Amino acid sequence: MSMFDGLKYRSVSSPIHSIDPRAKFIYVCILFVIAILFSQLIPLLIILVLQVPLVILAKVKREWIRLLRGSAFFALLIFVMNVISLYFYGGGQSLEAIIERALAMSVRFMVLVESFSIFFLTTSPDMLSLSMEQMGIPYEFCFAFTTAIRFVPVLAEEAQTIIDAQRSRGLDLEGGNFMRRVKNYIPILIPLIVNAIRRSLELAEAMESRAWGASKKRTNLYVLKMGKKDYIFILISIVMLISSIYVWLTVKIPSITQILQSLM
Amino acid sequence: MIEVEDVYFTYPNGVEALKGVSLKIYDGEFVAIMGQNGAGKTTLVKHFNGLLKPTRGRVLVDGVDTRHTTVASLARKVGFVFQNPDHQLFSETVEEEISFALRNFGFDENVIRERVEWALNLLDLAQYRKASPFMLSGGERKRVALASVLAWDPDILVLDEPTIGQDSYQKEKLRQFILQLNQQGKTVIMVTHDIEFVAECEPKVILMANGRIVAEGDAKDVLTDPEAISAASLIFPEIAQVFLRLNDLGFPRKVISVYEAKRLILERLRPVMRL
Repeated sequence: MSMFDGLKYRSVSSPIHSIDPRAKFIYVCILFVIAILFSQLIPLLIILVLQVPLVILAKVKREWIRLLRGSAFFALLIFVMNVISLYFYGGGQSLEAIIERALAMSVRFMVLVESFSIFFLTTSPDMLSLSMEQMGIPYEFCFAFTTAIRFVPVLAEEAQTIIDAQRSRGLDLEGGNFMRRVKNYIPILIPLIVNAIRRSLELAEAMESRAWGASKKRTNLYVLKMGKKDYIFILISIVMLISSIYVWLTVKIPSITQILQSLM
Repeated sequence: MIEVEDVYFTYPNGVEALKGVSLKIYDGEFVAIMGQNGAGKTTLVKHFNGLLKPTRGRVLVDGVDTRHTTVASLARKVGFVFQNPDHQLFSETVEEEISFALRNFGFDENVIRERVEWALNLLDLAQYRKASPFMLSGGERKRVALASVLAWDPDILVLDEPTIGQDSYQKEKLRQFILQLNQQGKTVIMVTHDIEFVAECEPKVILMANGRIVAEGDAKDVLTDPEAISAASLIFPEIAQVFLRLNDLGFPRKVISVYEAKRLILERLRPVMRL
């Protein structure tokens, strides 16, 4: 199981799973806006923690933790980059301020990953495509989108077979310097890309022969309908957005270093 | 020699593919491993060159435990030809494709040239040496894949589904080729569903079902044994089906070869028809 399982749909039944994908999508968008709005550590930390009950409700704790652990490396990267750039171009801030600011950027990244993960873990690709369709996006795009998602595990499996085949021919994937390692992946990438293209042509032919796109007006077996629960969920999200904007406009948020200094 | 000692293997996703497999494959043997999809055939042979390491038990290749060595060093001894050539072809020309493994194993440039030449001729590919492997037909691509493994002359050859997608003419050529390799002293292990092909080759047969070996022995004995055949969810080769039905006329039961069948039938017909 890899960290990417944290972005793959988990089929369990939970209150979060049954929320309309559109409502969840609005929630994710609002969280994005809030995360971008604030650049201070305290509010970002609060958002990060506030989402944990959702994860627990959705029964996807294990996958979610794995994803966070996997993205820790990128968070660290963001932290280091921010420290470096703020140190040289930040206009002479104190070291504490720099570190807190860089930390805030890492937490912001984690918030984005976290909300993305909640959305994808609890929304099946079919429902996603359905909701895109009902939002008026052309069916061709929805289909391409879901097909792309559906083929990820197929491609992953194929990549493993190719790696096995080339290792059997003496290809050593470990060891060597950076350039050598990159070069070692050519014998894996070429068959993978060639097969993916071949597969997509076959898929297109199979779809054509089953009269894909023959009827101008498509109907669906399932029709998404927003219920009371969904509206409440959207309402909560909007309230969150409005109160965040209010806080952002009126309250001067102190940094943790300032709080610590005033205590001492 | 390959020794498999009570091997269990569980995939990371929790599927237990091998449940206590033990077997010995001696030098110079010709073995066919058969069984339905998901029986564990490919999982088993992937242990022979260390691509998979046993979860429990051990696999010894010429006395070396596969857990304590690399795939690269085992591959030198155990050549593995994958089912689908498209999973390994990537070079611009057939020549380069064949020399890929030789370069990985660190052969000398002169030796590489010789070996490539030898492999091209062996599999009738000399005319395609400068062609792109992607432009060849399915059967030709399969031969390029085979050539690219045979080029380093491994002692043990593992073939995963060698007959899939081959026409009957190519199959017959493949059969002669495999038998010839075997006669030259190579150990040949093939994984296959093609029971008629096995009946024609008459190797030693290992039947697998649900991650276990259910029968093992000469093709003649195993492929005519109703219990073994049903345990592995196979059907009898056609000749065996005929002779099972002719059993009450005094014909022997254990016949799978077309030539032997012809001999036995003619023997019986001769006095009657005055041939």
